[in-house]
Amino acid sequence: MSVDISSYRDQHFKGSRSEQERLLNQSTTLYIGNMSFFTTEEQLYELFGKVGEVKKIIMGLDKFKRTPCGFCFVEYYQRDDAENAMRYINGTRLDDRIIRTDWDAGFVEGRQYGRGKSGGQVRDEYRTDFDSGRGGYGKIVQQKLQTPEF
Amino acid sequence: LIHFIKRALMMSHHRRKRGYDDDEGGGGYRTKKRRTNEHMEIEDRLESLILRVGEKSTSSLESNLEGLASVLEADLSTYKSKILKILVECAMKLPDKCTIYTTLIGLLNTKNYNFGGECVELLVKSTKDALKSFRWSDARFLLRFMSDLVNCHVVSAGSLLQLLDNFVDAALEEGVPQVRRDWFAYTVLSALPWVGRELYEKKESELDRMLGSLEGYIKRRKKIHHNALRVFKSDHPHPQEEYLDCLWQQIKRLRSDMWIEKHIIRPYLAFDSTLSEALQHNLPSLVPPPHHPSTLYPLPTVIFRMFDYTDCPEGPILPGQHSIERWLIEEQLRHILMSNHLERKECAAQLLSYPLKNKIPLEYIIVEVMFGEIFRLPNPLCLEIAYGSILIELCKLQPSTMPQVLAQATELLYERLDGMNKTCFDRLVNWFSYHLSNFQFRWSWDDWEDALTQDPEEPKAKFIREVLLKCLRLSYHQRVVEIVPETFAVFLPDKPSPNFKYAANGQFAGSVEVRASEHLIAAIKRKCTSEEVLALLKQELDPPMAEEDMEDNVCNPVKIEVFTQTLLFLGQKSFSHSFAAIAKFYSVLKSLGNTEEAQICILRSVVDLWKSHQQMLVVLIDKLLKTQIVECAAVANWVFSKEMVPEFSKCYIWEIVHLTIRKMNKHVAKLQK
Repeated sequence: MSVDISSYRDQHFKGSRSEQERLLNQSTTLYIGNMSFFTTEEQLYELFGKVGEVKKIIMGLDKFKRTPCGFCFVEYYQRDDAENAMRYINGTRLDDRIIRTDWDAGFVEGRQYGRGKSGGQVRDEYRTDFDSGRGGYGKIVQQKLQTPEF
Repeated sequence: LIHFIKRALMMSHHRRKRGYDDDEGGGGYRTKKRRTNEHMEIEDRLESLILRVGEKSTSSLESNLEGLASVLEADLSTYKSKILKILVECAMKLPDKCTIYTTLIGLLNTKNYNFGGECVELLVKSTKDALKSFRWSDARFLLRFMSDLVNCHVVSAGSLLQLLDNFVDAALEEGVPQVRRDWFAYTVLSALPWVGRELYEKKESELDRMLGSLEGYIKRRKKIHHNALRVFKSDHPHPQEEYLDCLWQQIKRLRSDMWIEKHIIRPYLAFDSTLSEALQHNLPSLVPPPHHPSTLYPLPTVIFRMFDYTDCPEGPILPGQHSIERWLIEEQLRHILMSNHLERKECAAQLLSYPLKNKIPLEYIIVEVMFGEIFRLPNPLCLEIAYGSILIELCKLQPSTMPQVLAQATELLYERLDGMNKTCFDRLVNWFSYHLSNFQFRWSWDDWEDALTQDPEEPKAKFIREVLLKCLRLSYHQRVVEIVPETFAVFLPDKPSPNFKYAANGQFAGSVEVRASEHLIAAIKRKCTSEEVLALLKQELDPPMAEEDMEDNVCNPVKIEVFTQTLLFLGQKSFSHSFAAIAKFYSVLKSLGNTEEAQICILRSVVDLWKSHQQMLVVLIDKLLKTQIVECAAVANWVFSKEMVPEFSKCYIWEIVHLTIRKMNKHVAKLQK
């Protein structure tokens, strides 16, 4: 079912697995992934506002640069509205990219920062493809490209 | 299927031997519990078998039905009440499989007359219950089901007519709401495609009399709601018929065709010799529960039409608007939509799996039904984005046909914008911009060159402008510039940017107001308090007057405007920045907006600052209402003031009006609690 919680569990979550699951099942907050670094809060409000009143949007930021790094949290006032976002927005396009929505246990200060070593998201550390909306190559590939080979 | 059923029952026998032997002893209680668990397992298995009959199978439907009837007959003594319950649930919730389950009951009736009788009784009782609890769809499908049982020789034609007559009496009853009467009339008509022929053959004069009464009612009743619900003002090229009028015309056509219809699959025909030997039952009497003032009936609708057979390419013909086939297909598609709208991928797959899809231009009918739902007045049954995302799934599943049909539909609707209901116009703008945003905004804009010569208030010019404004919200200005041809520059939205009146190097440079604004900015950057802000504003912008002369309710528009614009100018970077600014200096805004006049002044300041950024305006006004810095009445009075008249025909104004009304409703609801 499109509103079910996924298999993702936040490793940094302070609490037990069952506590995390309990929160996920009653959450009104969604994690949004695969965004472009250039997607704005305005675009998010417009799209996510189509299923209900948005309470808050928190942009995901690079830990060092403090610039958007391709994810965000969308919080609604009502669970129903978040469920409809899972039903009708997950897997559709925002800013020309297919975005992914998933339940989040709730925003906690600090969770707006990427957890990758370079400051962005972990997935951008390891990926090998070129994604112009997410800074080009993955960080490790970028480093390799800069290292001269003898 | 018989093989499968035998295997299934054998498996549960094995479980009997394996499963519960872990604990020794226990004797009576444990044995009873074991039997109850087995009992439930077999019930579940029976439910599964019944639910799945009619699905894709290697055997024919007829042999599956025969097999299932044999299995159920064997289990009637032990599982009768469960089987009865399941069959009635199927009658209510699976109207597309009506004839499959009536055939099944027909076969069971030949094997066990009492069971047939109990079925009939439970169906009538369930119909009464559905009517009492306002489950209108359940009741309507049950009536259709009981009607079809006449075709299976389970119910006598005479007793069905008696029941239908009771429903017609409810339609003719005086002194009750017309929506109630309409529902009863509609429900009777919606059973006739199944049983019309049989009633015509067995009880022609009674049928004619009944139809005469219905016709009289349908023609006599008031239809003042019709114009309020039309999508198009005109009936050219396609009529926008009232829903009951339309079904009546379709039934009339069916009747003139001697009630012969070829669309419904009737498995009972293959068993006619067996079934006709069965004894029939008379339906117990069913008089609809009387009207109660608190009862809510389904709203009337208008049948949305946008295609006729000339719009479809060569191939299967689109059934005419008054053919019963058209109604049967649309009934079914709407049922699929409402049963699956919570799972958009499954919904699209089910819509495209419509049986008999090779005999009709299915994509066209689906698109017409979907737009009919999107345009439904006063409100659609689902979120607009539900329909939008289902249409996208349909395009994914059928990429060689659906996108083209949608494009054709869009062109068609564009040509008919003049005379389209304004609410539907807005919904079309919302849908089209949303759809484009999922397909890289690709569109053949050049085809719409005719709009270039139109006055901006003409529908086509307005449509393109509003679509581009919505596209802007889902992308960014440069993107919108790039997606349209250069000739369309006149339709482009303004580049959103703040129009700050008190800019340091602006037209009022050097004035008292600009200086106050600069001091304000410096103070805010120093992280001053609200009190300090108020003091600064008073000192620099209030006219020099003795304390006693200062009346509390005289608003100083300049002070309000300087503060509001400066604050929001500082917060221009994003919505969050503006919200944070409002939150930080909430008490200043609250203090400044102490009268309705002052609140309107705040609104005007916001609008002047952000008139090029409609989305920002909507979001800010929503925030000001939510924080109660401005009252709903102030917004209403401001929207409908003289200076706003040039903005009236723009979508964003109505967004603001609607959100204001919704907030007001919430306040009222809270107070009523």
